Amino acid sequence: MLSIPDFPQLAERIAACTEADVQQALLSEHPGIQGLAALLSPVAAHMLPDLARRSAEITARRFGRVIQLYAPVYLSSFCTNRCAYCGFSADNKIERRLLSMAEAEAEMDILHGRGFNHILLVAGEASAKLGVDYLEELAERTRDRFAAITIEVQPMSTEEYRRLFKAGITGVAIYQETYDRRIYDQVHLSGKKCDYDYRLQTPARVAEAGMREVGIGALLGLADWRCEGLALGLHLAWLRKNYWRTALTVSFPRLRPAEGDFQPLVITTEHDLSQLLFALRIFDPDVGLLLSTREEERYRNGMIGLGPTRYSAGSSTAPGGYAHPDLEGEQFAVGDHRSLAEVCASIEAKGHDPVRKDWDSTFQKSF
Amino acid sequence: MLKIADKTFRSRLFGGTGKFASSQVMKEALAASGAEMITVALRRVDLNNPEDDIMANLDRHTYWFLPNTSGARDAEEAIRLANLARAVGRTNWLKLEVTPDPRTLLPDPVETLKATELLVKDGFVVLPYINADPILALRLQDVGAAAVMPLGSPIGTNQGILTRFQVEIIIEQARVPVVVDAGLGAPSHAAAAMEMGADAVLVNTAIAVAGDPVRMARAFAQAVEAGRTAYESGLGMQDRQAAASSPEVGLDFLR
Repeated sequence: MLSIPDFPQLAERIAACTEADVQQALLSEHPGIQGLAALLSPVAAHMLPDLARRSAEITARRFGRVIQLYAPVYLSSFCTNRCAYCGFSADNKIERRLLSMAEAEAEMDILHGRGFNHILLVAGEASAKLGVDYLEELAERTRDRFAAITIEVQPMSTEEYRRLFKAGITGVAIYQETYDRRIYDQVHLSGKKCDYDYRLQTPARVAEAGMREVGIGALLGLADWRCEGLALGLHLAWLRKNYWRTALTVSFPRLRPAEGDFQPLVITTEHDLSQLLFALRIFDPDVGLLLSTREEERYRNGMIGLGPTRYSAGSSTAPGGYAHPDLEGEQFAVGDHRSLAEVCASIEAKGHDPVRKDWDSTFQKSF
Repeated sequence: MLKIADKTFRSRLFGGTGKFASSQVMKEALAASGAEMITVALRRVDLNNPEDDIMANLDRHTYWFLPNTSGARDAEEAIRLANLARAVGRTNWLKLEVTPDPRTLLPDPVETLKATELLVKDGFVVLPYINADPILALRLQDVGAAAVMPLGSPIGTNQGILTRFQVEIIIEQARVPVVVDAGLGAPSHAAAAMEMGADAVLVNTAIAVAGDPVRMARAFAQAVEAGRTAYESGLGMQDRQAAASSPEVGLDFLR
């Protein structure tokens, strides 16, 4: 079973790294966990252009000059968890919405009409309102229209993931939020999400169930990002060793002071985020790296070609937000408001191909 | 310490019993190699006969015997040999070799996977000899192989690690020990395999046919130890051409 060392231990390992360690990691084809620690270190922060160059080189070699596009569909803002950082937290006074099957399909159709083939279904944790039956039906109704449908909802059992895979769900995103157990307990106030270990083992259950892809991530702003990076690396390496058939991705949701009432416990700058992303790319050349519309246009344009492989675009983070753009009750404030066409134009302007279809539902259909 | 299944080994050099000029030379060379794991061809020895010229020269308390199915052309033949080994040799360990092509003696991946799955279910500790195919290594690991033994180059060729790139991937991915087998013709080849992170190497021909097999065995032992120590110490990196020639990237967009 996967276990993540305590953060003081990880911090110590990172702090011990020297410039020579960073140089070695930049030259190595397989930097390993020790190399990752060096790339995440404060010493490496002064070498960011070197990290960027190496990350860009690896990304081009492994993925080519392409960025894949996806969009989220928020299905429900009901949530039984109280999480200090989240707009959907059970004690937040917002108007809750759960899309009917028809409404959910309509949202997906709007995105399909705009040219999206890769969809991420998102919902708060409220299994009684939105459980495996709902997702199974929605997947079965829409799978023919989309290349790939991934979910970002409550953790489930292996058996439930198997059902969803069969119904047409291709992948699952499940973020640990923070790998720091102490902070995890501090920000998860009540609800099922308080169980750190159940959440930590979820990607393994996803892979066990045969899903094509599993996405992991840490919510930046809760604990030291360098340690989160090392923990992410350990998680990736463990998953690769144990579930070699499963493709892996990492997301980098970043909390910023301006958003809502919750103030980040630690500040993660764009410089920090970039170092984290470059370090993970150099550590794992094959991992998909996602940069969502939480980040601003300027930053996302600048990062094209340097490491990320997937961008969301034209996102709404409120249930029903595509059909009704004025709806309130978003999970978080979007930082990049451009349409899919505008984002694609920027990607092309940087000499990259905006890819809207990179899978086919036929792969996992039984005839 | 190297651990395979539930057994630990101090030496990371595995030996073989074939091709020696005499059993006496074999005995001395294996002693000089420091090897603890010795593979024996079931078609060559009579495991149960104390008079057997090979077995009589090797102490069962000093060496851990790894019977191999050399000569088997398909899964069925290999399984038959395995059962024979277990019955008369009192060991459930097996180096699985399925080599339908008598010319190259390259292993058959399909039959090897099939045999491994059945033998593991039947309680054998299986170490399959394979071409350096990373996916095959993973598939074998998935069905319960205790280690994988990718070849460096075709057996008996002394060419060294021609499969370097593939072996590197196998080492990187595998959860079970990786033993580089076949083709290691010089101590430097064995050292190279160990520097790459192989858990052990198996060397037979290069020692058996050397001018002085005993001294060559010692040389391989030293090379394996040197390579392992270098791997554990963290090798310095060779400079990559690409790093110098890559253009600068602009980060002035960062705020």
